[in-house]
Amino acid sequence: MHISEGVLSAPVLVTGAALAAAGISVGLKKMDPEKIPQVAVLSSAFFVASLIHVPIGPSSVHLILNGINGLLLGWLCFPSILVALALQAILFQFGGITVLGINTVNMALPGVICYYLFSRLVTHERKVISLASGFACGFLAVFLSAILVALSLVWAEGSFTEAAELIVVAHLPVMIIEGLITLFCVAFLKRVKPELLGGRHEKRAW
Amino acid sequence: MIEEQFASGESFVHHLDPRMKIITAFIYAVVVALSSGFPALLAALAVSLVLITLARLSMRKVLYRLVVVNGLILFLWIFLPFTYQGEAWFTLGPLHATREGIAFAIQITVKCNAILLALIALLATTPIVTLGHAMGRLRVPDILIQLFLFTYRYIHVIFQEYDRLRNAMKARGFVPRTNTHTYRSYAYLVGMLLVRSYDRAERIHKAMLCRGFRGKYHTLSQFSVTRGDVAYFMVMVSVILGMVLIQWKAIR
Repeated sequence: MHISEGVLSAPVLVTGAALAAAGISVGLKKMDPEKIPQVAVLSSAFFVASLIHVPIGPSSVHLILNGINGLLLGWLCFPSILVALALQAILFQFGGITVLGINTVNMALPGVICYYLFSRLVTHERKVISLASGFACGFLAVFLSAILVALSLVWAEGSFTEAAELIVVAHLPVMIIEGLITLFCVAFLKRVKPELLGGRHEKRAW
Repeated sequence: MIEEQFASGESFVHHLDPRMKIITAFIYAVVVALSSGFPALLAALAVSLVLITLARLSMRKVLYRLVVVNGLILFLWIFLPFTYQGEAWFTLGPLHATREGIAFAIQITVKCNAILLALIALLATTPIVTLGHAMGRLRVPDILIQLFLFTYRYIHVIFQEYDRLRNAMKARGFVPRTNTHTYRSYAYLVGMLLVRSYDRAERIHKAMLCRGFRGKYHTLSQFSVTRGDVAYFMVMVSVILGMVLIQWKAIR
């Protein structure tokens, strides 16, 4: 769901960059310099995970995992996603420099929202609640990202409306898959390493 | 799979001071992204082609890259001619393609590819580690640079870890299909990747503390500006100013 270079207009690019800068500075304030290795290694893990293609019918989609990124990293998902997108832009030319800000916001803001909505719920004792919120977290993160991408396009140019609508609809299956993957992944982490869940990398929690 | 395809080379561009490359690439990308007139955009495309020629990269690889990353642009081409308001040019059933729509689609295509070519020529020709250090010199916050360099460093390690887990799954007869079993297996794979990364990070951190890490990343790389760098910088700045002028005239 990267927006390419050259598609958006100046106001969208500038707003995206400003919002990204705000999110990143909140993230960096909350980051304990001692925790750089942890955050970086988790960012690498998310980078690698986003290269995984899962089959869906005759086609396949790659994982996004911004929901679970938010759950694990809280506000730190802003710097984490910025770094991942910068690396993707340099290594594979996905996205770009001028769209780095808006792309970061489109992916990281849903992650932060999911962190606030679900970080308590996924560790709930009742299995139903924890599983349901895992699914909702993965689903909602991709849904919000698709909406933000669509809004960025429409704001830049009114005639992108139809294309933007199709982007959201086309991502419905991705939302379901991300929901399922997040559900199982949260269940797995709860059993294997519960201390990873709940944005514990933010400074105050340590 | 994750490699710096264009980073090694002996061309003029490869030897430029990375700080100059970052600054000029950034300003250039911003100016092109904000330009809308065809004269300015065609000039930009020409400049980018010159840069990519100077970098002496494998044209096959560059073209392959461009094809891969033009997905969104192609997708917009399906819509733009028909949704953009303007004078009808040709009709396809109930749909009218407008001249303005096609012009706009060409405009964003040229813009996107001009910027991408310049980014390949200027940024992708610099090793990531050098880019990180150069950004540090350009006053990008230290903590971001460390995050950038560490993340890049560990992508390779974690990719190997992923490969191992993947092979283990294959060896046990795992075939990905569209079903819950597949999604659950992938989710556990991701979960395992996160757990192992976390444990690894703990070990890395301890090892770093043993070596006296105090939250500061020291570098031994020295950058020096040569005459070639200055010449490149002057030419690039004049070219960018020229483009701004052309664009300015067009909108006036």
